[in-house]
Amino acid sequence: MPSKPAISYVHVTKSFGAVKAVDDVSLDIAEGEFVAVVGGSGSGKTTLLRLANRLIEADGGTITVEGEDVRNVDPVALRRRIGYVFQSGGLFPHLSVADNIGITPRLLGAPAADIAARVDELLALVQLDRASHRDRLPDALSGGQRQRVGVARALAAKPRIVLMDEPFGALDPLTRDALGEDYRSLHRQLGLTTVMITHDMTEAILLADRIAVMRGGELLAQGTPAELSNSGDAYVLELLRTPRRQVERLNALLPRSGAA
Amino acid sequence: MSFFTDPRWNEALTHLPDYLGNHVRVSLAALALGLAVSLPLAILTRNRPAPRAILLALASIVQTVPGLALLALFYPLLLLAASVTLAWFGVSFSAFGFLPAMLALALYSMLPVLRNGITGLNGIDPALIEAAKGVGMTQRQSLVLVELPLALPVMMAGIRTAAVWVIGTATLSTPIGQTSLGNYIFAGLQTQNWVFVLFGCFASALLALAVDQLLGLIESGLRQRSRLRTGFGAAGIAALVVATLVPTMGRSSQGYVVGAKTFAEQYVLSALMRDRLQAAGLSATARSGLGSSVIFGALKAGDIDLYVDYSGTLWANQLHRTDIKPRAELVAELKTALAKDDITLLGELGFENAYALVMPKKKAEALGIRTIADLAAHASTMSIAGDYEFFSRPEWAALQKAYGLQFRAQRQMQPDFMYAAVASGEVDVIAGYTSDGLIAKYDLVALDDPRHAIPPYDAILLLAPKRAGDARLKAALKPLLGKIDIATMREANLRASGNDANSSPDAIAKWMWEKIR
Repeated sequence: MPSKPAISYVHVTKSFGAVKAVDDVSLDIAEGEFVAVVGGSGSGKTTLLRLANRLIEADGGTITVEGEDVRNVDPVALRRRIGYVFQSGGLFPHLSVADNIGITPRLLGAPAADIAARVDELLALVQLDRASHRDRLPDALSGGQRQRVGVARALAAKPRIVLMDEPFGALDPLTRDALGEDYRSLHRQLGLTTVMITHDMTEAILLADRIAVMRGGELLAQGTPAELSNSGDAYVLELLRTPRRQVERLNALLPRSGAA
Repeated sequence: MSFFTDPRWNEALTHLPDYLGNHVRVSLAALALGLAVSLPLAILTRNRPAPRAILLALASIVQTVPGLALLALFYPLLLLAASVTLAWFGVSFSAFGFLPAMLALALYSMLPVLRNGITGLNGIDPALIEAAKGVGMTQRQSLVLVELPLALPVMMAGIRTAAVWVIGTATLSTPIGQTSLGNYIFAGLQTQNWVFVLFGCFASALLALAVDQLLGLIESGLRQRSRLRTGFGAAGIAALVVATLVPTMGRSSQGYVVGAKTFAEQYVLSALMRDRLQAAGLSATARSGLGSSVIFGALKAGDIDLYVDYSGTLWANQLHRTDIKPRAELVAELKTALAKDDITLLGELGFENAYALVMPKKKAEALGIRTIADLAAHASTMSIAGDYEFFSRPEWAALQKAYGLQFRAQRQMQPDFMYAAVASGEVDVIAGYTSDGLIAKYDLVALDDPRHAIPPYDAILLLAPKRAGDARLKAALKPLLGKIDIATMREANLRASGNDANSSPDAIAKWMWEKIR
C-alpha cells in the first residue's frame, strides 16, 4: 500500500438533528485504490461520501484530501478538483452533452478550443459516438448513455479522485455490467482513486479493491472481499451471503457449456 | 350610412399611430421597470420564506387596487414628490402623463413576475442544484448557469401574464395624461361615439392577444429548448415594438397642447381652440380625456398650454372657498388669485355650465315643482343621481343645507346616461349640467336655485404660466371670448350626443366656428 492516503477520515461524525448519520468513522483510502462503501438506505454512506468534497460539512473529526485538511481548502476549489458522479447522472437538462461534460473546465476558465478537444477525448474515453451525441440534450439519451456522460463530466477537469454516488444503480443489468467494467478499466488506465457508494454487495465485490460496510452511521468493517468474509460481524456476513447464494443458484440453473 | 362605411372608422385610424405608439411605449417601459424590480426580488427571496411571504402579500394587495384608482393615485403622489425635489434640490419633473402611468403599471406588473419567478426558482429539482455545487459552481454560477435557465419557462409565463395585464390596464392611463388606446374608449364613451369605443377595445385586445401569442411562442420555445420557436417569438415581439414605435419617433415638438376633461363639451371646445390655433398658423394638438383633478395641475406645470375650466370648480377646488359671489365678481377674484400662480385667466367664453337639479318637465308641473325649494317637500320619496364627483362636492353639501334636501336614495352615474335615466323614470331627479343639450332633447327642466346655493360656473379660458406673455396665442383665441352663449353650447352638446359622423367633436367644432364667427 502506498504511504500517503488520497482521502482519510479520522473519527468523523455528522448529525442531522437527532440522527447520527456518520458516527465516529475512521477510514483511509489509498492513492489508486477503488473502494466501495456498501450499506442500506440510511446507513450514512452518502453522507460519508459528501463530506469528502464538502457538499456536507462534518461536525467533528478530521478529513484530509491528498494530505490537506478539507476545512482549510476553499470548498468550490475542492469540488473542482474532485470528480463527482451523481446518482442517475445529475446532468443539466438545458445543456448539451458537450456543455455538460465541459462544465468544470469552463468554470476553471479553460479556453473554448481546449474544452472542445477535451470533450471529444472524453466522449471517446466513455465510448460514446462523438457525432451523434455531442450536441444532444440529456433527455434524448438512454439511461446508460446519460451515466457515461456523467462519468465523462466527472473526469473532465482531470481529477485524481472520483466520488461516485450509486452511479449504476438505476440501470438495467446488462448496461450496468458493461458500464461498471468500462469504468473499472478507466480507473486503472488513468490511475484514479475512486470511492463508489452502492447498496449492492455483488457490484462492490466485482468492481472494488476494498469494501467498507456501513450501518446506522457506523463503519462496521473494511477490507478486501476475502478479508470481509472472515469478519465476525453478523450483518457483514449476511451481506456476503446474498452474492454467494446467487452464484450457487446460477451455477445450478445455468448449464456451464452454454456460457458464451 | 352603414356601420362599416361610417367615416369615423377612418378618423379613428388616423389616430392609431399616435395612440398605439404611446400605448406600446408606456407598456414596454412599465414592463421593463417591473421586471427590473421583480426579478432581483424573486431571486433574493427565493430561499427566504418570511420576506418572500411579505413581498407576495404586498404585491397581491397592489393587485386588488382597481387599475384606474392605482393610476389616479400616482398623479398626486408624484406631484408631491416633484414639489419636494423642487424645494430640496431645485429640480422638478412632470407628474403628468408618462411617468405616473409607467410607475403605476410597473407596480401592477409585479405580482405575476414575482410569483412565477419564485415558483420557477423553487421548483427546480434539488438534485440539480446539488449537481451544480458538485461540479464546482459558486452560488452565483449555480444561479446564472443552472437555476435561472431552468426557471426561465415558468418565469416567462409570468412575464406573459404581466404583459397582458399591463397592456389592458394601460387603456386606463388616459385620464392622467398618458396617450394610449384608452383615448378612443374615453372619448368614445363621453361623446357617444361607439365606433371609437369599439375601435379602442379591439385595438387593445388585438395588441394584448398578439403579445400574448408571441410571448407564448417564446415560452414554449424555452420549454421545449427550441431555439427556432424562441427566435421566432423574440423576432415577432421586436418587429411589433419597432412597427408601433417608429411612426411616433421624432414627434417631440407638438406645439401648443390643448387640454380637455372627460366630457363631450370639453372635447368640442378643445377641438375648437385647436382649430383656431392652427388657423393662426400655430401648431397645436388636443390632449383629451384628462381627469378633472389632473388637468389644472398639468396646466400649472406646463404639460398642457391651455384649457377651459369653470369658475365655480376652481373657486371650490383650488381656492377652497365655500362662499358664493355673483358671476362677474367671482371671475374677477379668481383671476387675481390665479395670477399668483402665473396662470392667465384669459376670459369667459360666454356660457355657464353649472350644476342644476333636473327633472322631467311634465312631472315637475304635475307636482307643482318650479324651484329646489319646492322639490324639498317631495325629496324624501324621490331618488337622485349625480356624476361621479357630485355627491362629494361642496355644492351638494350647500344644496342640502340651504334647502334641507333629504332624498330616499342617491346613485352615481356616467353623466351621459343620467338624462336618459331621469327621462325614463329610473331616477326622479339628476344633478345635471345647465349647458347640456339633453335637457331640451328629453323635455327636462332645470329647477331654479332661489337661495343661490350653487355657485356660478362660467366657462373660462386658462393659459399655462409659460404662455402668459404669448401675444400670438392670445390673439388667436380672442375671437372665442364671450361668443359662445348657452344656446350655442347646448346645441353643440346635443349634437355631440348623437351617434353619427356629424357628432364628432371635430365636426361640431367646425359647425360652432361657422356659427359664432
